[in-house]
Amino acid sequence: MMELFPRKQVIGFGFSLLLTAIALAVYFFDLSFTAGMTILLVTAFVQAAVQLVVFMHAGETGDKGSIYTNIYYSLAIALVTVFGTLLCMIWGYV
Amino acid sequence: MEFFERFAIPHPSAPIYASMVAIGLTVIAIVAGLTYFKKWGYLWREWLTTVDHKRIGIMYLISALLMLFRGGVDAIMMRSQTAIPENTLLDAQHYNEVFTTHGIVMIIFMAMPFIYALMNFVVPLQIGARDVAFPRLNALSFWLFFMGAMLFNISFVIGGSPDAGWTAYFPLAGNEFSTSVGTNYYALALQIAGLGTLMSGINFIVTILKMRAPGITLMKMPMFTWSALTANVIVVFAFPVLTVALIMMTMDRLFGTHFFATTNGGMDMLWANLFWVWGHPEVYILILPAFGVYSEVISTFARRNLYGYKSMVASMVGISFLSFLVWTHHFFTMGQGALTNSIFSVTTMAIAIPTGIKIFNWLFTMWKGKIEFTVPMLYAVGFIPIFTIGGVTGVMLAMASADYQYHNTMFLVAHFHYTIIPGVVFAMIAGLTYWWPKMFGFMLNERIGKWAFWFIAISFNVTFFPMFFTGLDGQARRMYTYSEATGFGPLNMLSFIGALGLAVGFALIAYNVYYSTRYASRNISADPWDARTLEWATQSPVPAYNFAITPQANSSEAFWDAKKKGHELFKGEVQKIHMPSNSGVPFIMSCIFFIWGFSFVFSLWIPAILATIGIFICMAQRSFERDPGYYISVKEIKETESKLRGA
Repeated sequence: MMELFPRKQVIGFGFSLLLTAIALAVYFFDLSFTAGMTILLVTAFVQAAVQLVVFMHAGETGDKGSIYTNIYYSLAIALVTVFGTLLCMIWGYV
Repeated sequence: MEFFERFAIPHPSAPIYASMVAIGLTVIAIVAGLTYFKKWGYLWREWLTTVDHKRIGIMYLISALLMLFRGGVDAIMMRSQTAIPENTLLDAQHYNEVFTTHGIVMIIFMAMPFIYALMNFVVPLQIGARDVAFPRLNALSFWLFFMGAMLFNISFVIGGSPDAGWTAYFPLAGNEFSTSVGTNYYALALQIAGLGTLMSGINFIVTILKMRAPGITLMKMPMFTWSALTANVIVVFAFPVLTVALIMMTMDRLFGTHFFATTNGGMDMLWANLFWVWGHPEVYILILPAFGVYSEVISTFARRNLYGYKSMVASMVGISFLSFLVWTHHFFTMGQGALTNSIFSVTTMAIAIPTGIKIFNWLFTMWKGKIEFTVPMLYAVGFIPIFTIGGVTGVMLAMASADYQYHNTMFLVAHFHYTIIPGVVFAMIAGLTYWWPKMFGFMLNERIGKWAFWFIAISFNVTFFPMFFTGLDGQARRMYTYSEATGFGPLNMLSFIGALGLAVGFALIAYNVYYSTRYASRNISADPWDARTLEWATQSPVPAYNFAITPQANSSEAFWDAKKKGHELFKGEVQKIHMPSNSGVPFIMSCIFFIWGFSFVFSLWIPAILATIGIFICMAQRSFERDPGYYISVKEIKETESKLRGA
């Protein structure tokens, strides 16, 4: 019976509910802007990872390698674009 | 009448009225011709509904050549306006429209379809596939591009052309300073064409990763296929940025948002930033397939295998990643501090390393080779020194502090023409001449081709080299005239003479197509260049199913091995072949997209809503349709094969 029970998915579902609750809590508690944004950013990225691995089955098929390469490459380019933009428009702007 | 006033040209002139008449007459001539020769059915069955990658490639090719001549006319107009000081051939507004459309047409509607023409035609053949992975999506890609191009091209007779430069920087491109609908055309036409390009990107990545014939591992793919793969990876990662930026631009212009406004929290610099986050990878999307073409051409006509295959692949993958790290060098002078500029300076110079590796690999391929100077090889050999001048001036521009001197001058204009023309235009003409016999079953005349090459290569330098000097002397780009006291006159006249020479060169290419169609021998082999890769292993012109038997490859030059080393390409018996069926939906859906774009340009909301519904209906049709494709029987394949072999 144990192998029929989708243990990973149930745990994942619970975890994603928890992450949503934490993110929602930012609204109800009187946090500073920085603290609120940090919580939101962290929970958002963890949430995306949970969705990808648990519910979109990244890493369960033969092309696991190309899926993860793709994800990491996208992440690298997204981060370069975001931080590069911040560098040009805000931090490095004189 | 009030309704129709919005379609009027805000800045009419005699040439525009003449173009209106010319466009009208051309449309009437095409419709009348099709009706008279009873070709409507043929056009619909064989071309408008086709999903065959070869035919789509040819349609891309025709569009690219048409747009090359349109953009070329713009270029001649600019050079003749600036040929003498204080010229009044064009006024400032007209000149603005001409340089804006020249840039857009050449990059988006000439260079992009040209590379997709070659990719469509060649990539599935090089990897031994029957078609691309998603043939109908491929048709949709083409028609979206085509309708985007048409929407952009009607702008100068209906409502006015965009005039804010091909970069359309805010706040100039905002409603405050660009009051005509021109910039709306820019946003919508690029959006529609860009969607098509993004779909092509996904399509080709899947095709190359999933549909290779047995034996073609990633490291045994021909170099052009590798270049197509890296270019399409850039497409998939860069084009979404353009899509989003254009949506924001459309929202700003049509719905009063303030993304790029200078007030209410908007940031005009963000447009320049987003534009170049897409725009810099875009130039590598153009150059990488060109590198692929040169690799094929040089190795074929030096009669040697490509030197340094692995380093070629590594440098292309390197370029495709580095291309995302350099965009800020397009606006070094916008106000970032020294640290930011230094970072992007260094990344920019770093791109010269993989590019240099490629240049040396081509030189080593030719080293001790038996070089045969055919037309494609002339372009490839001419490319190396000319492109190197473009590269060296690129490194000059990459030095942020020195860029304060060069930026926005003709020096920059000379630099990017020195990279794009040998890098893309030469490569595309080389590829066109090289693959022409595979596409049409006859060869282009070598003698006329060589005349065209020398006209183009020499005139190109006469046109653009003087701009380095006028630029260093301080002539700004995009200025419609200058005073005699500046002393820019003689060098600009020289540029104009060069531009006329370029026009002669391109006219010779057009004449070559006409001449060869009439007189060239149809009795040529399927492999007239004694080439090395798989596309030459099938018949010319290529049958619908590409290969009667799926080829088995053992190296990146499987066909060469089959000819010289006794490798067996085609093992087994002919079996029935499953093919995708034609569909008119991509064409119809793209026509609706055209109406959608046109309605948005003029803020006609009711047709816009109807067109949006129409687009969704087309998508739903695709979701619910059952389309099992069809089979070509063994008998039919054998008949086709023996007919094409001339038996």
